[in-house]
Amino acid sequence: MHLTLLEAALGAAAAIAVPLTAAGIMAGSPVDPAMQPAATVVVGATTLDFPLPGEFLAVGTPAVAPVERAAVGAFQIMKRQVSLADYRRCVDEAACAAPDARMVQADVPVTGVNWLDAQSYAQWYSKATRLTWRLPTAIEAAAAAAERFSGDAFSAAADDPANPAVRWIRRYREEAAAKRPPDPKPKPAGYYGANSKGVEDFAGNVWEWTSTCYARTILGEDRDVVDSTENCGVRVMEGRHRAYMSTFVRDGKSGGCAVGTPPENLGFRLVLEDRSAVAAAAARLRNLVDTIGTKIAQENGK
Amino acid sequence: MFTRRQALLGAAATAMLAAMPPLAAAANETEIAALPREKVALVAPPYVHAHEQVATGGPKVVEFTMPIVEKTVVIDDEGTEFQAMTFDGSMPGPMMVVHEGDYVEMTLMNPETNPLPHNIDFHAATGALGGGALTLINPGEQVTLRFKATRTGTFVYHCAPEGAMIPWHVVSGMSGTIMVLPRDGLKNEKGETLTYDKVFYVGENDLYVPRDEEGNFKTYESHGDSYADTVEVMRGLIPTHVVFNGAKGALTGDNAMKAKVGETVLIVHSQANRDTRPHLIGGHGDYVWEQGKFANPPAKDLETWFIRGGSAGAALYTFLQPGIYAYVNHNLIEAVELGATAHFVVEGEWDDDLMKQVAAPGPIPMN
Ligand SMILES: [Cu+2]
Repeated sequence: MHLTLLEAALGAAAAIAVPLTAAGIMAGSPVDPAMQPAATVVVGATTLDFPLPGEFLAVGTPAVAPVERAAVGAFQIMKRQVSLADYRRCVDEAACAAPDARMVQADVPVTGVNWLDAQSYAQWYSKATRLTWRLPTAIEAAAAAAERFSGDAFSAAADDPANPAVRWIRRYREEAAAKRPPDPKPKPAGYYGANSKGVEDFAGNVWEWTSTCYARTILGEDRDVVDSTENCGVRVMEGRHRAYMSTFVRDGKSGGCAVGTPPENLGFRLVLEDRSAVAAAAARLRNLVDTIGTKIAQENGK
Repeated sequence: MFTRRQALLGAAATAMLAAMPPLAAAANETEIAALPREKVALVAPPYVHAHEQVATGGPKVVEFTMPIVEKTVVIDDEGTEFQAMTFDGSMPGPMMVVHEGDYVEMTLMNPETNPLPHNIDFHAATGALGGGALTLINPGEQVTLRFKATRTGTFVYHCAPEGAMIPWHVVSGMSGTIMVLPRDGLKNEKGETLTYDKVFYVGENDLYVPRDEEGNFKTYESHGDSYADTVEVMRGLIPTHVVFNGAKGALTGDNAMKAKVGETVLIVHSQANRDTRPHLIGGHGDYVWEQGKFANPPAKDLETWFIRGGSAGAALYTFLQPGIYAYVNHNLIEAVELGATAHFVVEGEWDDDLMKQVAAPGPIPMN
């Protein structure tokens, strides 16, 4: 019962936060009125079971990603993916490279953008809106995706360490089984609908860049992390399934380090850094609610 | 704990094994560990590390180490800069030589300073995409692969990460050759031993360099920057450069290959991506393994031989006349315009019997 209470309280905080942020931007802001910041959704502080990104080796053989119980602080993320129309403004101002997007109507998300393009856009967009925007981390993407998050595409079936081909054939079959008819044409914003957090179009046909680097991690006998090699030339993408892409790749089929059926399109959405006083107030309110929630929980636990 | 599917696969594998002809006894780890080991230092092409042509002992484990070097190189006399990816710093990668039955133990290193993941696919190896599926390494990692050299011949190795990265890495320079010699050396069609005094390794690369609006070759700050434009050129299938040993003219002038009249030279020629047709102008291929596989008798007295893209071939020739020989890809447009020309400087005595200028050039007599 206390859980329901807590959720209700958090929901209320989120509901307050969105309009407050929007109001804060409008009031006396020097921003070009045409460059209104995109609508955001507040993803409240949460704890989730997060399959760690990257590849894992346990005693020399590929292992399934460990799932970590992880806490994510509250953050604001774009309700929709960055649109082709918005991205074009960055290109027009010579701050972004042209996307390899298919020529379609303008109300679609931008596609055909690599990680570096997304970074350039975040920089330009921050300047244009006088706010601080950045790519989400993989765990933030997971928190925002909520029930639509799927992580790595492959099952955790036991493989034969003496025969690596068992794993290759299993993965190949899983990939073939998961194959769906290609539908790469970007859809109008909102086409795939909103998830329980109000985040739209996650896990449609546009995969989203994150700031998280690919890593290969060596696990010990107890599946504890022994060693890890990060490769920031490859970043984690979240979507229908997780993919790993070289930062310069604009076409999902190029792979680079892709696992599973290649992503149909590469796009992104941005996180709004909590900088404004309003956002800080909202965060304080959320903390307060958290504290109350914890107290309720403790009371109930007695 | 095995899944049901694995149990089924296991059964299928057992059935397959039963149906197969008996193989040479497979060695276990203890037996392999007991074999003599040899560490070989690789040398940059067109040269090849010292090796025995006829093996004196039994099978060994031959250890090689190759760092992967990503760097900017100049590929022609106009100073065109190219974002190269290399095995061991050379384009092509160094040639390795072992004997049939030896174990090749390759340690591949991807230094942290590289931005890209790489691997190695040995056409001489059996299984795991030639080892590619077991060797993909990120910057800051290294991997060691062992495979048994079960088939003789000259075989390409190349980088093969996934998807569109494969052709890009290959045409960025990531290919080389391994030669697996029969334990008792090379043989002619009668089974008589053939030997060579020198071996040269000519690796041919087709390169695809993007141009700007004015038609000048573009330069890029990094491999990633060059990727999108390069793929566009690659898809046109017409290379801007076809070079031996990494650059136009790399095997000419001071760097021409050298031999003497009477010397027998083995020329190994690889092309990891595209067909080519080596020709020694003024000479021949006495014995040519066009497909590069020594279990097949060599063709004799060839004028031009054909190397299929994705393979390496070998030609044995004894120089009979001194002079400068051009060794070309006999698509002469590629040889002359795109760079596929190397030179041999051969010293020795001229043989009038083979050729003599009976009358020097002069005016055509008017009568
Ligand atoms: Cu490579």
